[in-house]
Amino acid sequence: MPWKAISPIEVYKILPRTNCKECGEENCMAFAVKLVNMETKIEKCTPIIKEDKYKKALEKLTELLSPQVREIEIRSPKKTIKIGGEYVMHRHELTYINPAPIAIDIDDNMSKDEIVKRIDFVEHFEYEYIGRKLNLDLLAIRSVSNDPNKFKEVVKFVSENTSLPLILCTFNPKVMEAGLSVLPDSRPLLYAATKDNWREMGELALKNDLPIVVYSPGDIDTLMTLANTLSKAGISDIALDPGTFVGPNGLRYTLSTFTMLRWKACNEDDKLAGYPLIGTPITAWKMIEGEKDQKMWWETLMAVMLLTRYSNLLIMHSLEGWSYLPVVMWRFNLYTDPRRPVAVDPGVRTIGDPKEDSPVMVTGNYALTYSLVGMDIQSGKVDCYLVITDTEGIAVECAVPGRKFLPEGIAEVLKTSKLDEKVKHRYLIIPGKAARLSGDIEDVTGWKVIVGPQDSKDIPKFVSEKWDPKKLSEIYGN
Amino acid sequence: MLKELLSGVVAVEKDKEKIKNKLMNDLANLLGNKLLEVLEKHGEFEIVLEDAVIEVDELRILIQPSLLRRMVEVPAVEEAVGMAVTELIETKFAEPEMKWDGKIVEVNMGATPSEGGTRDRSFTIGGETMPPIYRLLGVEEAMPHRPVIAMDVFDMRIPLPKSIKLHFDEVMDDPAEWAKRCVNKYHAEMINLHLISTDPYIKDTPANEAIKVVEDVMQAVKVPITVGGSGNPEKDQELFIKISDIVDGEKVLLNSLNLDMKLEDIAEYIRNKDCIVIAFTPMDLDKARELNRKLFDYLPRERIIMDTNTAGIGYGLDYGFSVMERARLAALMGDKELQQPIAAGVTNAWAAREAWLKMDVFWGPREIRGPLWETSTALINLLAGADYFMMMHPFSIETLNKIIDYLMRFSPPDPGAIMDWVGSELG
Repeated sequence: MPWKAISPIEVYKILPRTNCKECGEENCMAFAVKLVNMETKIEKCTPIIKEDKYKKALEKLTELLSPQVREIEIRSPKKTIKIGGEYVMHRHELTYINPAPIAIDIDDNMSKDEIVKRIDFVEHFEYEYIGRKLNLDLLAIRSVSNDPNKFKEVVKFVSENTSLPLILCTFNPKVMEAGLSVLPDSRPLLYAATKDNWREMGELALKNDLPIVVYSPGDIDTLMTLANTLSKAGISDIALDPGTFVGPNGLRYTLSTFTMLRWKACNEDDKLAGYPLIGTPITAWKMIEGEKDQKMWWETLMAVMLLTRYSNLLIMHSLEGWSYLPVVMWRFNLYTDPRRPVAVDPGVRTIGDPKEDSPVMVTGNYALTYSLVGMDIQSGKVDCYLVITDTEGIAVECAVPGRKFLPEGIAEVLKTSKLDEKVKHRYLIIPGKAARLSGDIEDVTGWKVIVGPQDSKDIPKFVSEKWDPKKLSEIYGN
Repeated sequence: MLKELLSGVVAVEKDKEKIKNKLMNDLANLLGNKLLEVLEKHGEFEIVLEDAVIEVDELRILIQPSLLRRMVEVPAVEEAVGMAVTELIETKFAEPEMKWDGKIVEVNMGATPSEGGTRDRSFTIGGETMPPIYRLLGVEEAMPHRPVIAMDVFDMRIPLPKSIKLHFDEVMDDPAEWAKRCVNKYHAEMINLHLISTDPYIKDTPANEAIKVVEDVMQAVKVPITVGGSGNPEKDQELFIKISDIVDGEKVLLNSLNLDMKLEDIAEYIRNKDCIVIAFTPMDLDKARELNRKLFDYLPRERIIMDTNTAGIGYGLDYGFSVMERARLAALMGDKELQQPIAAGVTNAWAAREAWLKMDVFWGPREIRGPLWETSTALINLLAGADYFMMMHPFSIETLNKIIDYLMRFSPPDPGAIMDWVGSELG
């Protein structure tokens, strides 16, 4: 059945109801509400975890709150990554939970320099977006040599040079075992069990309690057969790779397969489909002919599509920043909780050290708008007051036609902030994209409107060229 | 003893290498080659343990290391120890049984001479009975008509990102030439003309003058046309009324009608014309329903496309995507107020700075970032259910068209093409 909201009462009844506050909530009911909203974890309830008498209750609650897609941990000694753990097929039904991590590959034929370069790329990749840092997540080490010793050496070298979690990629159990031998304190993801090696690979996963991917490109029955077999053999952490096909032959197959597997997990409670899905846009490097740029272009598009269609982990190859930029930003968007708008509070922000003749500018309260405008003003060293009007967390270009950039909202902020006491002039600089509202804003606020630039990056230039309260009062009166 | 073995396993895990080197020596010294043969033949734990019962003191010491090694080195023994399953359990994947009650309305855009117009082609969009890509085999229900891409043309020179401008710079002062370039050079399926100069805050071009541009463009190219205004509700209303007079018979799209307009005037006026309207609402499903409801009073459903508003990656696409996806799912589940085909203004992707700003060299040239942003944004909209795309960059459009091709027909994958990606040199 599709995911349905669980009643907090139902959860409350199972909880110890001691109101011990050890979870940080005021009482067990408040904790129950957070639990059903996926805003906290059962582990925070100390009594139910620690006390034997609640064992049954814990089992019941775990079952009740368990996700439709199994959650799997991949660990290095210092870092843990979770994949899967999803409850819903569409983010608007609740929210997505664990942003799909992105792995970049290293192969065991690469030189040490090249390997270090790739580790550095992943570790130093960082893009700042609305005050958050967007990063890459882990490394996938591939055995190209098919030589256990060589693979082992490279795995060892990589693990000594990074604290990132790892994926070990080979279809040869001997090679896999050699790689594992140098990772005693980690929980790497094993890639992959196939119809030819499943016994040996499954044994490695079982013996070492490791998560393992089953791989059957283009043959979904075999994929299910492998998942079923390994799960019956006692392996609990399984992930599915139905094959990432790029281009005319198979793109459709790949997207449909990911979608249908997730459908069965979320709507039909199908446990075999309810494992995390592994996307490998890296296959663009095999399937796409031509220049490197061409391969990277398709790799990125594949990543964007797979991210949108249920992939819980991506393995990629490119070493260009642009390949990953739309992917990490879209991932952030997609995994943003749709129940909360990404907005900042309306009001007046003081930027720099504004005086009574400093400019007053207006923008919306979409978090991204605010952070970009703020950054641009700061980097241009403009001292000013920034009026944030409530656009319901929508960007200015959409808020204007959407009637969410309202003169009344601006007037409200001007009034409550008593900005008219802080500045002598009565001029508002509004976004160029809100130009058509100039008249309305003047009527409602009683302030004169100056239409600012289309993009906030031009604010410093605009202010230095156009802002002169004295001259303005000559033109407009006041 | 079993406990010891298990603790021994851990020791072996940590120190496999050392033990491996000692393997042959140990065996020779402790058991001799014969016993090794026996072990290899049977490979059974129990047998050895039984022996151990007989000569417990000696064998405890003697056999343990070799047993451990066998667990590590010989798969046959491992199976007996660990995997309870020795054969594959054949399992079939059953395609889900899905029930969708709704169907998206089919809308025809453009009219050929045989259809009463002068266009050289016309398009049908909509008709879906399930979300896109929801079938493993067979594409008809999931994508019955090919989504259509229209290229943007403006009635005046406007600031455009460099990577787009380089394709149109010489024709940007002449909308007809601009449209021709889109069709002749970049194979545009449709033209999406924006009469933005009519904006009272831009040039305030009178409606009578602006409609001449529409005539020019319709003369210059023979593909179906969409005409947009400036977004000023009063001016657009006046403009659309005039346009509907001169393009009757051509099934032109008007971009767009919204809740700020006096629909009782404009929708009533075009009731007996044949133009299609794009119903625009700002990422709000209730408003989308409300607008459709109001339009249904005047226009047949076959003349309404809805634009639930979209944005570029990083600039509100999360809202746009979810609103579109919700609209489409609701429609297919039977919500008659949302069963119109969906238009996506993917050009909005260019509002993202990452698409046009010169950034640190690490992030690569904007000439790649721009089209990549627009293409990615388009693909996300395609997966949410968009039927009609408004776009700018020729390379984005070319790529999206290719992907639509790949999705429209089922071509079985060739597992061999990627089977060994793990072991391949990728360059």
